[in-house]
Amino acid sequence: MSSSTDNRYPTRSRPVEPKPESHTRTNPTVDPEKKSRDQRKQLRRGTWRDAFSRRNLADTLLTGYLPILIALLIIVLPLAWMISSSFKPVNEIVTLEPSFLPNDPTLSNYETVDRRIPLLQVFQNSVIVTTVGSTIKVLLAITTAYALVFIRVPGANIIFLGILVALMVPPEVSMLPNFMTIEALGGRDTLWGIILPGLGTAFGTFLLRQHFKSLPKELFEAADLDGAGHFRKLFQIAVPVSMPAIATVTLVTVVNEWNSFLWPLIITDTRETMTLPVALNQLRSVEDDVASYGILMAGAVLVIVPMLIIFACLQRYIVAGLTQGAVK
Amino acid sequence: MTTVESPPDSAPSESAQRSTPTEAELAAARKRARRRASSKNWALFLLFAGPNILLILAFIYYPLISNMYYSTLDWRLGSPTADPVGMSNYIRFFTSPSGLEVWRVTAIFTAGAVIGSMVLGLLIALVLNKKIPGRTAARTAVFSPYVLSGVGVALVWMFIFDPQRGALAHILAAFGIDSPAWFLDGDWNLVMVIIVYVWKNLGYCAVVFLAGLQSIPKDLLEAATIDRAGAVRRFFSIVLPLLTPTVFFLLVTNIIFSMTNAFDILRVMTPSGNGTNTIIFEIYLQAFGQYNRAGYSAAIAVVLFFTLFIITAVQLRFVERKVHYQ
Repeated sequence: MSSSTDNRYPTRSRPVEPKPESHTRTNPTVDPEKKSRDQRKQLRRGTWRDAFSRRNLADTLLTGYLPILIALLIIVLPLAWMISSSFKPVNEIVTLEPSFLPNDPTLSNYETVDRRIPLLQVFQNSVIVTTVGSTIKVLLAITTAYALVFIRVPGANIIFLGILVALMVPPEVSMLPNFMTIEALGGRDTLWGIILPGLGTAFGTFLLRQHFKSLPKELFEAADLDGAGHFRKLFQIAVPVSMPAIATVTLVTVVNEWNSFLWPLIITDTRETMTLPVALNQLRSVEDDVASYGILMAGAVLVIVPMLIIFACLQRYIVAGLTQGAVK
Repeated sequence: MTTVESPPDSAPSESAQRSTPTEAELAAARKRARRRASSKNWALFLLFAGPNILLILAFIYYPLISNMYYSTLDWRLGSPTADPVGMSNYIRFFTSPSGLEVWRVTAIFTAGAVIGSMVLGLLIALVLNKKIPGRTAARTAVFSPYVLSGVGVALVWMFIFDPQRGALAHILAAFGIDSPAWFLDGDWNLVMVIIVYVWKNLGYCAVVFLAGLQSIPKDLLEAATIDRAGAVRRFFSIVLPLLTPTVFFLLVTNIIFSMTNAFDILRVMTPSGNGTNTIIFEIYLQAFGQYNRAGYSAAIAVVLFFTLFIITAVQLRFVERKVHYQ
C-alpha cells in the first residue's frame, strides 16, 4: 500500500479503514482523485524531504522514529524471540545468560514436536478445515448477500436483522448445545464435525451485503435488458466487480478458521482429527518443564508463521476486513 | 418481468409504454405480476440464502433457545438424566462466591484490556499519523499480532513470563527486581493475561484510531497552530473531541471483544483458570472442565448473551446519536 492512499479516502462517520473494495479504484477513468504515478512519486519524495529537512529532523527522529521504534520492539521482539528460541538446544534454553541468537542452531525442537504430536496429520487437518470451511463460508456469504440485496422478497430486512443479531452471538454461547447436536449426529472426532457448526456466516454476509448495496445500478441494467437471470448477474457481474471485497472476506475467514481453537478443542479428542492449535495445547500439557520451552516455541512457530506470511502479503485486505464496523 | 430491483413507482414499466390500457386494468395486471414475481422470488431467495439461513438457525439460534432450557436443569454433561431446578443456576451465578468472583475477574480483565489497548493504540496512532516515511510498514507490523493464533501467542508469552528462565525475569533481574510469581498467584495471572491480550489487540485499536485521526480536517489543526495552540492543547481541544465517535466505537467493540475473544490465551496460559475465570472461560470450565456442570454453564452463557445484547443495544440507541459526528 503506498503511503499516499491513506489520505485519499477520508472516512467520514464511521471509523473504518479506507475500503479497498471501492469499485472506483478498479476503474481509473472514473476516479477523479486518482493521482498519476509521477505525481504520487513526487508526493512521496516531498514527504521524504519534509521529514528530513533540517527544520524537522529533530522532530521526526524524537517524536516520530523513536516511539515507532519502541512500539516495533514491543511487537516484534516476542516473535523474534520465539523464532530464535525454537532453534536453540536445551542447554541454551535453560541457561541463566541467554543470548538472542542460538549459538548452536538445531532442528531438534521441531523433531520433538513431530514425535509428540503427529505433525503432518495435524497440519493437514488444519489445512483441510481451513480451506473447506472458508470456501463454503465465502460461497454462502456471496449468495446470501446477493439475495438480500437483489432479490426482492417481503421481509428480507427482518432476515437481515436476524443475521445481524447472529453476528453478535459469541461461539462460547452456542458451544454446549452445538456439542450436543454434533455428538448426536455422530460428528465427534471428525473433520466435518469441526467444520459444520461454523458454516453459517454472518460476518461475510454482512460485509458483502454492504458492498453489493454500494454497486451502481447501471451495472445490472444492461443485463436486465438482455433478460439475464440472477445466476448470470451474480457470477458474471456482481462477483467480478467485487473481487477486492470477496478477497477481504475470504482472508478474514481463513485467518479465523486457522486460529479457531475453542470448538475444535471441544469436539476432538483423538490425534487423528485434531487441528494444530488443539494439538499445541496438548503439547503444552505434556511438555511442562523449563527445558521444554524450545519445543513449545517450535510449535508456536508452526501455527504463527503461516498466518504471518499471509498477512505480510495481503495485509491491506485483512486490515480492511477486520476493522470494518463490527456492528452496524 | 424479472427486474425486481427498481422500485415499482420510480418509472413506468415497459409494458405500460407499449399499449395504453385503462388504469384499473393496469393496476390489476401489475398486482398479478407482482404476486407471480413474489413467489418466484421467494424460491430464488431461498435457493440463494436458504442454506446459510438454515445453518444460522441450527447452530446459532437453536443453541440460544436450548441454552435457556438447559439453564433450568441440574445436569451433568454426559449424564442421561437431569433434574429441573428452575432459576437456581442463575441465583447461584449471581450470589455464590465463585459466581461473584467471575464477575470481579471479568470486570478487571475487561477494564484492563480495554483501557490498556485503547490508550496504547491511541499513542501509536498519534505517532503513525505523522507524515514520515516507513509508517505504513510500521502500521502493518503493529497490526500483525491481531491476526495470529491466540494459542501460539500464549505459548510465546508463557516462555517470556516464566519466573525462572523467561526473558522478562532476565530483564527484571538486570534492574535488581525479582520476577513476580506468574502462573502461581491468581492476581499476577490476571495481570499477565491482560498484558498478553493488550499486546495482541493494540494494533487493532491503533489502526482504527489512525483512520479516525486522518478524517480530522487539516485546516482546523493549521488554524489552531496559527493561533499558537501547542501540541497538547491541539490534542485536547480539537483532536480528542473530533475523535469521540472513534473512541465510542472502539470502547464498545473492545468491551465485546475482550469479553468473547480471549479464550485461547486464558486456556493455554492458565489451563484451569487460577484467578483468570472470566465469564467465557467459566462457561467452558463449568461444562467441559472438571465439574461437568452443563446446566450451570448454560445459565452463564444465557447471561453473557443478554449482557452483550444490552451493550450492543445501548451502542445503537444511545451512543450513535449523542456522539459528535462531524
